[in-house]
Amino acid sequence: MIPAAIETHGLRKVYGRTLALDELDLRVEPGEVFGFLGPNGAGKTTAVKLLLGLARPTSGSGLVLGRPLGDREARRRIGYLPEMFRYQPWLSAHEVLALHAELAGLPRGSREPEIGRVLALAGLGARGRDRMGGFSKGMQQRLGLAAALLGDPALVVLDEPTSALDPLGRKDVRAIIREARERGSAVLLNSHLLGEVERLCDRVAIVNRGSVIAAGALGDLLGEPAVRLRVSDLPAGDETLARFGPTAREGDWLTIRPLDPARIPDVVAAVVAVGGRVHAVDPARRSLEDAFLDLVRGADPRADGLPGDDAATVSGSSR
Amino acid sequence: MTPRLVLVIASLTLREIVRRRILWVLLALSLVSVVLVGWGVERLVSTAREQGVEELEIRIGVSQVLILIAFMFSFVLAMSAAFLSAPAIASDVESGTVLAMLARPLRRVDLIVGRWLGLAIMVTGYAALSGLLATAVVGQVSGHVPPQPVVAVGFLALQSIVVLTIALTLGTRLPSIAAGAITVVLFGLGWFAGVLGNIAIAFDAAPLAGGADVVRVLIPTDGLWRGVIYGLEPPVVLLAAAGRNIEAMQANPFFASAPPPLPFVAWSVGWIVLVLCAGVVLFRRREL
Repeated sequence: MIPAAIETHGLRKVYGRTLALDELDLRVEPGEVFGFLGPNGAGKTTAVKLLLGLARPTSGSGLVLGRPLGDREARRRIGYLPEMFRYQPWLSAHEVLALHAELAGLPRGSREPEIGRVLALAGLGARGRDRMGGFSKGMQQRLGLAAALLGDPALVVLDEPTSALDPLGRKDVRAIIREARERGSAVLLNSHLLGEVERLCDRVAIVNRGSVIAAGALGDLLGEPAVRLRVSDLPAGDETLARFGPTAREGDWLTIRPLDPARIPDVVAAVVAVGGRVHAVDPARRSLEDAFLDLVRGADPRADGLPGDDAATVSGSSR
Repeated sequence: MTPRLVLVIASLTLREIVRRRILWVLLALSLVSVVLVGWGVERLVSTAREQGVEELEIRIGVSQVLILIAFMFSFVLAMSAAFLSAPAIASDVESGTVLAMLARPLRRVDLIVGRWLGLAIMVTGYAALSGLLATAVVGQVSGHVPPQPVVAVGFLALQSIVVLTIALTLGTRLPSIAAGAITVVLFGLGWFAGVLGNIAIAFDAAPLAGGADVVRVLIPTDGLWRGVIYGLEPPVVLLAAAGRNIEAMQANPFFASAPPPLPFVAWSVGWIVLVLCAGVVLFRRREL
């Protein structure tokens, strides 16, 4: 049996008096893109550091690529882009990758073509000989991504991989992550950018204040599909639409949830049949952002802001 | 420990020193110093010769000037070693550079020993180059060649390696500025204890001498500095010193009648290994 890419049991980390991560049970399958989602300071980076052996768990255990946490043999097959990415400014992009190829123990003969491949993949093909010192933050992040993908690792751990990138760069990164998955890598994507996770991940775990508050396939977390209509002239007290499902009215907007998307034309026809006018139809699915906010608010009534707001962070626990 | 990875880190360290122009600045400054020293000694010798000072006296004078110059070099070298080594681990941790590297199959011991090796090669090379160049230039302009320049350079390098080891080890847990500053203080303390200890011996103040000895064992830089002097001290000075109150002369921080005892040299090497091991243990326990 192929071991899980990541498997943890009750992983817990306490820094001084701060609980950074509580009882993390995680399972990431080989070849899967797994989103680890949470506000800043929720414990995402702590979890990654425990998985890579950069910090030691207070309690709990885990296996990465079938080996104990921090095992050197496993680290040979892991690519990692840290959240606080910095590379030697006095080295060229090519030299940074050559250093990482050497540290990872890539076979000598395959290093050059592999460095060329990841440089091109990260969109830095023409900048290989330039010093890192002259790179923008976005380009440094691209280089970090290239370093993480060096040698087709079995597991790629990306900690906020698009934090310094513009929308175009983010699109590139999404393509890169998809390609890594196609090449057979499992990807652990740490992010507080919900759109990113929504577009990329097969499964997600939402973490807040050190604890996982929800986990599962994206579809399960997002709940049932629905439709939103902007309507006017709908007769008051008309119950025609009730047969499609529970309805809710908010100003001009009417929401029916749940609703099979195939029945949307029928709903529109029904509105028109009773004399209503349809101005807009929005086949809505609860966005990950809604699901996330509901969950984070549910877990912590003080967390009222969007992800990344200070209210939703655990002070001093992000290491 | 994986020798291949230690060498990768050592060569990375050397490349950093070269790329960041630190080496070139140090070499340029040393070259300027050597030229100035050559010029100064040449002026000194020609003036003395014009005034009819005996050649032997001139040689003795030049030998003492050379020791003072060596002291200046040892100071510069120790400071360079402290300020190059303190950030070697510390600033990589502060900047986060170390995270991506240690996620690879690189052990922390490989990183520390590799850093140490690169820096040790740098200070030894620098000590050899600047020391031998200064000796050669002085020899050229004055005719005075110290008896054992290679021994002097060896002790100079060993002294700097002690300093770099302290700074590197402190930098595994402290911010680079703190590690550098503490190293400089310890180096100064070691030198001061050496001078104080010798004065204590000259005045027969046993408890003070004992205290100073403890510091000299804990920070072996001053004992190694005596080795530098011994390598530079011409036999004629030693001969002149023989039969006089040798203990009183020892109080002079620029005089040595004997090389550091072999057990002390062995202790110094062991000390370097011990402090480096302490650095490895401290860094291993550090959460990144």
